Amino acid sequence: MPDQVLTAHPEHGEHHGPGPNTVFGFWLYLMTDCILFATIFAAFAVSRHQYAGGPTGHDIFDLKYVGVETALLLISSVTYGFAMLSAFKGDRSLVMLWLGITFLFGLGFVGMEINEFSHLVAEGHGPDRSAFLSSFFTLVATHGTHVTLGLVWMMTLMLQLAIKKPPLEGVYMNRLMCLSLFWHFLDIVWICVFTFVYLMGV
Amino acid sequence: MPFLGRLTWADIPFDNPIEMGAVVFMGLVVAAVLGVVTYYRAWGYLWKEWITSVDHKRIGVMYIVLALVMLLRGFSDAIMMRTQQAMAFDNHPGYLPPGHYDQIFSAHGVIMIFFMAMPFMIGLMNIAVPLQIGARDVAFPFLNSISFWLTAVSVGLVNLSLAIGEFAKTGWLAYPPLSELQFSPGVGVDYYIWSLQISGIGTLLTGINFFVTILKMRCPGMTYMKMPVFVWTALCTNVLIMAAFPILTVTLALLTLDRYLGMHFFTNDLGGNQMMYVNLIWAWGHPEVYILILPAFGVFSEVVPTFSRKPLFGYASMVMATVAITFLSFVVWLHHFFTMGSGADVNAFFGITTMIIAIPTGVKIFNWLFTIFRGRVEFSTPILWTLGFMVTFTIGGMTGVMLAVPGADFVLHNSLFLIAHFHNVIIGGVVFGYLAGLAYWFPKAFGFKLNETWGKRAFWFWLVGFYVAFMPLYVLGFLGMTRRMNHYDNPAWTPWLEIACAGALLIMCGIICQVVQIYVSIRDRKNNIDLTGDPWNGRTLEWSVSSPPPFYNFAKTPVVHALDALEDLKTRGIVQQRDEAYEDIHMPRNTPAGFMIAVAAAVMGFALIWHIWWMAALGVLAGIATLIWRTCDDDIDYWVPASEVARIEGEHLERVEAGRATVPGRLFEVAGE
Amino acid sequence: MADLHGAHGGHGHGAHGHAAHGHGASGRTLEGASHGSVQSYVIGFILSVILTGVAFGLMMVPTGLSHDTTLLLIALLAVVQIFVHLVCFLHMNTHSEQRWNVVAFGFAVLTLAILIIGSLWIMHNISVNMMVHSGPMPEM
Repeated sequence: MPDQVLTAHPEHGEHHGPGPNTVFGFWLYLMTDCILFATIFAAFAVSRHQYAGGPTGHDIFDLKYVGVETALLLISSVTYGFAMLSAFKGDRSLVMLWLGITFLFGLGFVGMEINEFSHLVAEGHGPDRSAFLSSFFTLVATHGTHVTLGLVWMMTLMLQLAIKKPPLEGVYMNRLMCLSLFWHFLDIVWICVFTFVYLMGV
Repeated sequence: MPFLGRLTWADIPFDNPIEMGAVVFMGLVVAAVLGVVTYYRAWGYLWKEWITSVDHKRIGVMYIVLALVMLLRGFSDAIMMRTQQAMAFDNHPGYLPPGHYDQIFSAHGVIMIFFMAMPFMIGLMNIAVPLQIGARDVAFPFLNSISFWLTAVSVGLVNLSLAIGEFAKTGWLAYPPLSELQFSPGVGVDYYIWSLQISGIGTLLTGINFFVTILKMRCPGMTYMKMPVFVWTALCTNVLIMAAFPILTVTLALLTLDRYLGMHFFTNDLGGNQMMYVNLIWAWGHPEVYILILPAFGVFSEVVPTFSRKPLFGYASMVMATVAITFLSFVVWLHHFFTMGSGADVNAFFGITTMIIAIPTGVKIFNWLFTIFRGRVEFSTPILWTLGFMVTFTIGGMTGVMLAVPGADFVLHNSLFLIAHFHNVIIGGVVFGYLAGLAYWFPKAFGFKLNETWGKRAFWFWLVGFYVAFMPLYVLGFLGMTRRMNHYDNPAWTPWLEIACAGALLIMCGIICQVVQIYVSIRDRKNNIDLTGDPWNGRTLEWSVSSPPPFYNFAKTPVVHALDALEDLKTRGIVQQRDEAYEDIHMPRNTPAGFMIAVAAAVMGFALIWHIWWMAALGVLAGIATLIWRTCDDDIDYWVPASEVARIEGEHLERVEAGRATVPGRLFEVAGE
Repeated sequence: MADLHGAHGGHGHGAHGHAAHGHGASGRTLEGASHGSVQSYVIGFILSVILTGVAFGLMMVPTGLSHDTTLLLIALLAVVQIFVHLVCFLHMNTHSEQRWNVVAFGFAVLTLAILIIGSLWIMHNISVNMMVHSGPMPEM
């Protein structure tokens, strides 16, 4: 029977649909995302002093504000971890709870970022003011866009879990795992952002 | 905000007869194709069997069809350039005004690299790799479908630029500041950006897909050092794709932000740095050319042993050379812009690394030569392409090592010498390799061989035509002619340009031979049948299944014991038997979702080009919605009952045995004979 | 696994020898990854808070350190925190089933390093060699 073939040779047997390959494939995608961010960081590094007479990092960065953003994202990483632990125990309602909390913290992070951006733009320090600001906005907004897409994914998953009530294995476990990788990865990128952009730019 | 953004009737080039001629011609071809499909009432078949297919064999064929069509489009750009340059001397302005000429050389490069070579390569990988590793499909069949359709709609966008609007006039890499809004305010660069971004996502997904496939789905017994070399080159190519394409995505995105949101990454003012664009685009661009050449090397490593009837010489060193090239390709990229202003230390470093990377390629050439040595060589079309490659690519490689010397490059950069060099390696290496692969694997995909006579004719026209077209360009480079010239006034150049034009016409004859070859092969297909699935007495697993293979590839997953797995099985006398115990096979269902996502992406791309913001938003939402809809779909796979498998296998065995009785000859070499 | 159609609808792909993990059958996870525990997340959280706090503190509170030392320290703190995340949140380890994940990560880091360091070297070199225009030199 195919099942036995597959268990006997988990790495060599054919796998269709979800399986460990899905998570591994997603990890590889995250590695490409790593290089994507690296390229934007490289562009930032080259432009970081091109103020063109406009504001510098010192002028526009509020470290306390960034500290709160960092806390929100870090806490959301931990709450997602708790969601995963609940998933391994098969407790769907607990998963929903932790996902919901994660979602709120993530939403808070994105909200704060949008707030920061709109203030900067209103003051005339938008991304079109200088190369420094272009690269600052692009780097931080690319991260923020990833977080937003993660939130859309999270919401979709929560709705699917609530409506279809599938067992927490196979396809849905894979999706939770992949989102987990994504979410933690974004927190890692944020470490680089707050270190190399905000802390070092101030 | 106008309903259709900045799109107006004036954007259709009614006043340009050449462009309108091309548009009308394209329109007639499209109409003819649609007409034929309708006449044969094949829409249902096309939709069910091809458009919604997640089968790697079908997707591979579609990629190659796309590539061959775009070869024609890219080549017509080439013919136009050659004829323009042959006539545009002194008083004669030629027939192409500068603005149009600039679009032609830009389109030529973009099409040949992104929409001919890349799809061709991905198509060959799709057809061959899963079969060679004994797998039933790739790791992510649905992603495979998305990848293809994203590429296909990008082709659509590029061709649409001919009819509505214009294409970029910046060259195939669109350097700023020329590609910035200030100097390219039209839609040309935007067509460029969006077609590359959309197809780039498809390519990235392919890279991930095939990497996981090769790593995780090899049949039992096929350890890494028993994989065919083509699989090794595919593996390394996919590593390069995954590492390099994000760089292209970002670089184009930064240009997009400059153009759409007024940012200053690469503008002339407010701190932009154009040289960073050049730096980043070549950090992608250099791995890209290795992405193109490695699979070609892989094809040669399959073709040479098969047609020399000998195992490949130096398998381990081939693998190591491939891996070495993969790593080294990341540390040479500055050689594309030695003249941009870096100092001697930086230039020297990259010059040296560039020369070093020639060494593993040399190892490969020697391995192929040693394989051929004392083999019983059969001069089939694939081997001819291979022999042509070995001479041609070597010459091109040598001129590359010349250019790797920064001092020499200062004289030759952006001259026709450079153009000659890269066409030398791309045509001699990439194109010859993929055409060899096409001839080699065509029978596997379609069940009959390509006509050998026309194949050989095509080869000779291409080979001679290439030399006649491009050797003069080396001379012209030394004579001081720069690239991308629409008009010139140095009489010393004229004879060489005329010879080059003649060469292009010879290549055109080669292409015509290939078109004839396809027609004749289809017409005569019953005489060229590949009955057993093994028309070349092959050494690798793809030849162990029927041609074309059953949709599930292997009724039973093969178990492999050695390198050149099929050759090994033949020597052990393991021949396919009847009445084997078949099992149910798990297969993915076809789905329209890949096609739909790509259409949504195309709508978004077109809308962004023309600043039709509501349409762009719609495209994005439609794409996301389709994706979410797909994830809600639980009915995405099915089981093929063992009885059905037995029936299909039985039919194939019957055909083979019936044929064995009537058709004599080499086709049926079996173990021990 | 999706509901399967066809003559053999009963083939759940549920049981695949992962039952030993004691959670939902077939829990396909990052291959071979331990699934973490409350402990690993809490430890990771605390470490991250400390590392982040120190980094922010170094920039917000006057210390006696030179500018360059401060920057170096902050960079180091970031690198350490990344490892904390990888180990405590992503459960990366040297388990044989995770080998390819680690290799992929290593290759990505290598590419990233070549790209960033290479670009900085090249762009700096170019700017140093640029002729002086009226106006400030692009500062690298």
